[in-house]
Amino acid sequence: MVEMADATAPFRIKGETGEWEVVVGLEVHAQITATASKLFSGAATAFGAEPNTQVSLVDAAMPGMLPVPNRECIRQAVRTGMALDAKINKWSRFDRKNYFYADLPQGYQISQLYHPLVGEGEIEVLPDEQDEASAKRIGIERIHVEQDAGKLMHDQHATMSYVDLNRCGVALMEIVSRPDMRSPAEAGAYLRKLRSILRYVGSCDGNMEEGSMRADVNVSVRKPGGAFGTRTETKNVNSVRFVMQVIEHEARRQVELIEGGGEVVQETRLYDPDKGVTRSLRSKEDAHDYRYFPDPDLLPLELDEAFLDECRASLPELPGAKRKRYEALGITPYNAGVLTAEVETARWFDALLEAGAEPRHAANWVVAELFGALNRLGKHIDESPVSPAQAAELLGLVSDGTISGTIAKQVLEIMLDSGEGAGQIVESRGLKQTSDTGAIDAEIDKVLAANADKVGEYKAGKQQLFGFFVGQVMKAMAGKANPQVVNERLRTKLS
Amino acid sequence: MTELTSKTIAELRDGFRSGEFMAREIAEAFNAAVSAAKSLNAYTVETPDDALAAADAADKARGSGELGSLAGIPLGIKDLFATRGVDTTAGSRILAGFRPSYESTVTANLRKAGAGMLGKLNMDEFAMGSSNETSAYGPVISPWRRKGSNVALTPGGSSGGSAAAVAADIAPGVTGTDTGGSIRQPAAFTGICGIKPTYGRCSRWGVVAFASSLDQAGPMAKSVRDCAILLEAMAGFDPKDSTSLDLPMPRWEAGLSSDLRGKRVGIPREYRIDGVPAEINALWDRGIEWLRDAGAEPVEISLPHTKYALPTYYIIAPAEASSNLARYDGVRYGIRVDGSDGLNGMYSATRAEGFGAEVKRRIMIGTYVLSAGFYDAYFTKAQKVRALIKQDFRKAFEQCDVILTPTAPSAAFGIGETTDPLAMYLNDVFAVPASLAGLPAMSVPGGLDAQGLPLGLHLIGNELDEQTVLNAGLAIEERAGFTARPEKWW
Repeated sequence: MVEMADATAPFRIKGETGEWEVVVGLEVHAQITATASKLFSGAATAFGAEPNTQVSLVDAAMPGMLPVPNRECIRQAVRTGMALDAKINKWSRFDRKNYFYADLPQGYQISQLYHPLVGEGEIEVLPDEQDEASAKRIGIERIHVEQDAGKLMHDQHATMSYVDLNRCGVALMEIVSRPDMRSPAEAGAYLRKLRSILRYVGSCDGNMEEGSMRADVNVSVRKPGGAFGTRTETKNVNSVRFVMQVIEHEARRQVELIEGGGEVVQETRLYDPDKGVTRSLRSKEDAHDYRYFPDPDLLPLELDEAFLDECRASLPELPGAKRKRYEALGITPYNAGVLTAEVETARWFDALLEAGAEPRHAANWVVAELFGALNRLGKHIDESPVSPAQAAELLGLVSDGTISGTIAKQVLEIMLDSGEGAGQIVESRGLKQTSDTGAIDAEIDKVLAANADKVGEYKAGKQQLFGFFVGQVMKAMAGKANPQVVNERLRTKLS
Repeated sequence: MTELTSKTIAELRDGFRSGEFMAREIAEAFNAAVSAAKSLNAYTVETPDDALAAADAADKARGSGELGSLAGIPLGIKDLFATRGVDTTAGSRILAGFRPSYESTVTANLRKAGAGMLGKLNMDEFAMGSSNETSAYGPVISPWRRKGSNVALTPGGSSGGSAAAVAADIAPGVTGTDTGGSIRQPAAFTGICGIKPTYGRCSRWGVVAFASSLDQAGPMAKSVRDCAILLEAMAGFDPKDSTSLDLPMPRWEAGLSSDLRGKRVGIPREYRIDGVPAEINALWDRGIEWLRDAGAEPVEISLPHTKYALPTYYIIAPAEASSNLARYDGVRYGIRVDGSDGLNGMYSATRAEGFGAEVKRRIMIGTYVLSAGFYDAYFTKAQKVRALIKQDFRKAFEQCDVILTPTAPSAAFGIGETTDPLAMYLNDVFAVPASLAGLPAMSVPGGLDAQGLPLGLHLIGNELDEQTVLNAGLAIEERAGFTARPEKWW
């Protein structure tokens, strides 16, 4: 019997012999999607192309073909390392990882074992977005650059497998974390944050469905504070949710195994998302001896200061810095977190600020109103029918008192529907808020006359009826009365 | 016509340019000689039409003044170079029938200079061998024979077809490749010249890889001048090869001079090896005198790590080869043999049938030295020794400008005579150190041994200094007066 501990406490697996802690490290393979060509050949890398249409002589490992490093891939990996506050190694080298498989034409993968391009860095994650105190730093051990393999297709022929080499030679960054995560939630937060940073930098589109980002999940369990246990590695997990499921399943499986008198074996496992379980792929004994050695076809990679300076200068404002800037503008930490999580949202919001919107008000409006509206439409912020400039106009009408917040909601709906500008909508539909005391007084008088009994109760001390009178007046004026003026005039008349 | 085939490239070039003969006459003479020399087994593919087409283009272009440096010259191409639409097998069964859709940079450069192709030249399988006996297409027979004997001799290897073709006048010049002596030892065995330039001078793009950090293409021809002419056309920076040198190309032919005054010739004391025949050491001594006569000053130098060169080479080269040859898996090209056990069975069956014994031996050695637990003891150690060998040469070249040694420890031997792989590896004992150091090195004929077989002298130059190597070669060539030719028996 194993049970989950409650969500606010440290994540623990409750076993028969007490509580267990889970230790997680992730190796994320992120395709460098910023470049249209492969790591060592000029071939294209578009997703979903016809099989074997994006294959050069180098990718197919024809005799006598040689790899030539794609400088732009190196640049993107360096920029990514910089965004993760990591050490950039000015001298790195490519190694060959040797093994036979039909999706690997060279018989070796060009990777970096001994001298990776990027060294240690870290990411700050927020496993509980509502709780600043949950912040935690996850160490990055290294990032190296390597080639992807091709793909086998087993469903094309009764007895044979087909090979598609389109992915073969595509540039990957392998981002290796330290075993610093202690719960599925932390791993999920790490992956989301990493993906967010990659997307800010632009090196990888973070698209897990298309395979441009996938994770190998290393899991072990131990008694809290004890020595590390033996880990298993679950390969090629392709969604944040699956990664979290793998950790939970693996942790429980390992606890049950150990408590049942068994032993965790170091092995490679695969995740079956349909059944929600992992199963053994190969044990350590069957593990390949990859016979890594420096690739003699390639010279060591030496980066000069000018190149590094250019990489650094080309980095955009990253989520952490942006979030701090937003908070300094008076935006709540929660809103700042939500607005900076995705690069598209942040870009949209920055454009809104650029167009002159007041930051606090704008942040509330985007998180509460715009997100709600987009959600209903099933659209991503990229596809928002309302542009930042149009939104700024709408918000401007609220802050200068032209329309009320209530009317603003109506105006937004019309904008989403018609694509018209806010000012035009307010004008053509007569939604302008009125501060005309004569008109407001007249409506107040009517409301008070019609509710003489309630006026009596109010004067007798039932103060909460004030809101009722405001509501009645607003209703009578179809929401267009300036609420502030209504409040003032009502108070005078009722006193 | 036979006299055309005995001319040097320089003579053919000049005669063609002056109108003494047509390029077509040259091509026809060589095509005829090639087809009459099948018993040498030097060519695996003959491409007479290619030679004729290039010749016709040269004849048409003559007079336009736009002639390439090799216009009108047909060449033989070692079968390690990919040639578009023409079988390229690297002497291996595993590449039987493989016709690349691409042309190696080196052969493309030669074609750009106007050369035509007579055919593809036989070689040791994947350039692994010193006698041409490892070729899947049968051994090349040397045109040379011992005095009074008709025992079939090896032309050396791995560029054995290349060497035999030049010696037998069935190509005026050829391409070779040299990983640990594969140009120089066969050149010595057949009485011709051959130079391996500095690593990185010739692009490796489109050359079937043996050991990437050592493989280097170079020319083989009848004279030092011919080697200079060919090397100029072959070499040059190639962005498709990351290890290619992006440096200005010297005009080696124009720079040829046998005046060696002011040059010091290094004589490495460690190269006096036990068991080397006296006549080889005597030739070496004659070589020293010839260079002194040309104005150079002989100086004794030390290359202390030379004795580790051969074992170091036989770790690094097989290690790289074991990985480079992994691509021959029966999946995309070459032969495929279906096994009984799915993909792995197909791999095993294909490679078992496709590779010969020597290639298998080296793949196994290479796989072993890269394996977990052995990597540091073998591969890492070998890399360190390689660095020491390079350092030996760096120090030596502070004291001298060029180094003179014998090319090989023996003259050509009979086919089938050397069956012990280790004895076979000893052929390259003098050649391998320059390969490990990436230095330019050349073999020039020095004389005949008592049995009437050619012996070569070996010149090693400093990095990028092919010119001094060629000049010293020229000085020896002028003084050795090597005019011996194999008596035609084929």
